[in-house]
Amino acid sequence: MATPLVVSEVFKSFTMHLRDGLKLAVVNDVNFSVASGECVVLGGPSGIGKSSILKMLYGNYAVDAGQILVAHRDRIVDVAAVDPRTVLDVRRHTMGYVSQFLRTVPRVSAIDVVAEPLLARGVDAGEARDKAAALLAGLNLPRELWNLPPATFSGGEQQRVNIARGFITDHRILLLDEPTASLDAANRKVVVSMIAAKKAEGVAMLGIFHDEEVREAVADRILDVSAFSPRKAVAA
Amino acid sequence: MNDTPLFKVSGVSKFYGQRIGCKDVSFDLWPGEVLAIVGESGSGKTTLLNCLSTRLMPTAGSVEYRMRDGQFRDLYHMSEAERRFLMRTDWGFVHQNPADGLRMTVSAGANVGERLMAIGDRHYGNIRATATDWLSRVEISTDRIDDQPRAFSGGMRQRLQIARNLVTGPRLVFMDEPTGGLDVSVQARLLDLVRGLVNDLGLSAIVVTHDLAVARLLSHRMMVMKDGYVIEQGLTDRVLDDPREPYTQLLVSSILQV
Ligand SMILES: Nc1ncnc2c1ncn2[C@@H]1O[C@H](COP(=O)(O)OP(=O)(O)OP(=O)(O)O)[C@@H](O)[C@H]1O
Ligand SMILES: [Mg+2]
Repeated sequence: MATPLVVSEVFKSFTMHLRDGLKLAVVNDVNFSVASGECVVLGGPSGIGKSSILKMLYGNYAVDAGQILVAHRDRIVDVAAVDPRTVLDVRRHTMGYVSQFLRTVPRVSAIDVVAEPLLARGVDAGEARDKAAALLAGLNLPRELWNLPPATFSGGEQQRVNIARGFITDHRILLLDEPTASLDAANRKVVVSMIAAKKAEGVAMLGIFHDEEVREAVADRILDVSAFSPRKAVAA
Repeated sequence: MNDTPLFKVSGVSKFYGQRIGCKDVSFDLWPGEVLAIVGESGSGKTTLLNCLSTRLMPTAGSVEYRMRDGQFRDLYHMSEAERRFLMRTDWGFVHQNPADGLRMTVSAGANVGERLMAIGDRHYGNIRATATDWLSRVEISTDRIDDQPRAFSGGMRQRLQIARNLVTGPRLVFMDEPTGGLDVSVQARLLDLVRGLVNDLGLSAIVVTHDLAVARLLSHRMMVMKDGYVIEQGLTDRVLDDPREPYTQLLVSSILQV
C-alpha cells in the first residue's frame, strides 16, 4: 500500500517571549506514517499536542526539528522545510484540513465557501457548485442557508459547512480535527459514512475524535500522542 | 506552479542620513502571490514599498522585474521614461489616501479612462464602455460615471482608485494601507472586493498594512518589520498562529482575534 504521509523525528515547543521566554515543550520525537485508505486517530488527554501535530503537518505551525514527508504531485515534499508557496500548493492539491471552527470570510455564501477549494484547482464554477450543493444536502444543511454567509450560522451548521469544504476535493491526505464535535447523532452518522467513502477511495486520513462511537467506527489504528509527550509522566 | 519569479529583491536598504529607513531586504515574489508587509508605524514599511515601486531610490540593493517579454530588468538602472511606462501599464499603486491616486476634479469615468489613454487607447466609445464595466466591478453605480470623486464617500473613492489601477490589466499592484482611512464596515466590503479581484485576475501584490486582519485575509505570505529590518517572514497563517519572534508575538497578542 502507498504511504503518502511520513512523519519523522518531529519536535515541537513554543517559546513564550512575553512570559519571560518560558519554553513549553509539546511533543518530542514524533514518528509515524499513514497509508492510503487508512484512518489513523490521534489519542491522548486534552492539551497533549494532538491538534499541534495536525497543524504542523498542514504547515500552520513551524517545527523545531524533523521531517514531514508528503507525496505531492510526482515527488516527495518536506512540509517542514519548503517555502510558503509550496506549502500552499500542497494544501491546494494534496492535503486537506477540516479544522474545528470555520474561519468565515465576510460576504461569501456557504455554498461558495464549500466550492472554493475546487475553484482554486480550476474546476468549472457550475460543476463546483453542484458538488457543493450535493455535499450540503447530504449533511442536511437547510437549503435556505446555502446562499447566506456562514458567519451567523450555529456551531453545528458552521461545522457542516467546514466538513463539506474539506471533503469536496479528492485530496490524497485529509486531516480532521474533531469534525463531529458539535454535530447531532444523525449528522455524526453522515460524517462517519463520508469518512468510510474516503477510505474506500484510498485517501490517507489522520484525525482527532473525542466521540467514542465515532472513533470506534472510523479508526483503523489509534496513535497515543502521550508517547511523544515530554510531560508524559505528569499527563499519565 | 509557475517556476519563475516576477520580482526579485536583493539587499535593498534605504538610509535617511544616519537613520535606517529599511535595511537589507531580500525576497522573491511569484506570479499570483500576495505578500503583506506588516509592522507598526515607523517600522519602514512604506519606505520599503516606495523603494520596491521605484518611487524612492534605495541607498543599496537591486530589484529585478520580469517584463512581459520574459526578460528580467534591473529597475534601478532603467530610464525614468521606462519606469514611468511600467507604472502606467504593468503596475498599479493604490495609495492609502485616494486623493493621492485620483484626480479629484475630473469625472470618475475619466479617472479610469485616463489610464487606458496612457497606453494608447484612443477610441472614446471603447474607453467609456471599459470604464463603465470597471465601475460596476468595483460596485460603483454606473450612473455616477460623470461625477467627480470629490462627491464620493471615502469607500467609493478607494474603490474608484482600485478600478483606475486595475483597468490596464497590471501584473503587479502595490498597496499602501488600502483600508487605512475607512470605517470598519466599509473596510470589510473593500477587502472582500480586493480579495475577489486579486484572485480572479491572478495578480501579484505587495500590501503594506498595520492591520493583521487585512494581512490574514489578503495575503499568502507575510513579512514583519521592526526598526527597518525584516524580523520574521513566512506563510501568513504560520506567522500569525505560531509567531516565533518576540516582537511578532507582541503584535499578535495585542489584537483580539485575527
Ligand atoms: N499557538 C500556540 N502557542 C502557544 N502554545 C500553544 C499553541 N498551540 C498549542 N499550544 C500549547 O500546546 C499544547 C498542546 O496543545 P494542543 O492544542 O495540540 O492539544 P490537544 O491535544 O489538541 O488538546 P485538546 O484535546 O484539548 O484539543 C498545549 O499546552 C497548548 O496550550
Ligand atoms: Mg485539539
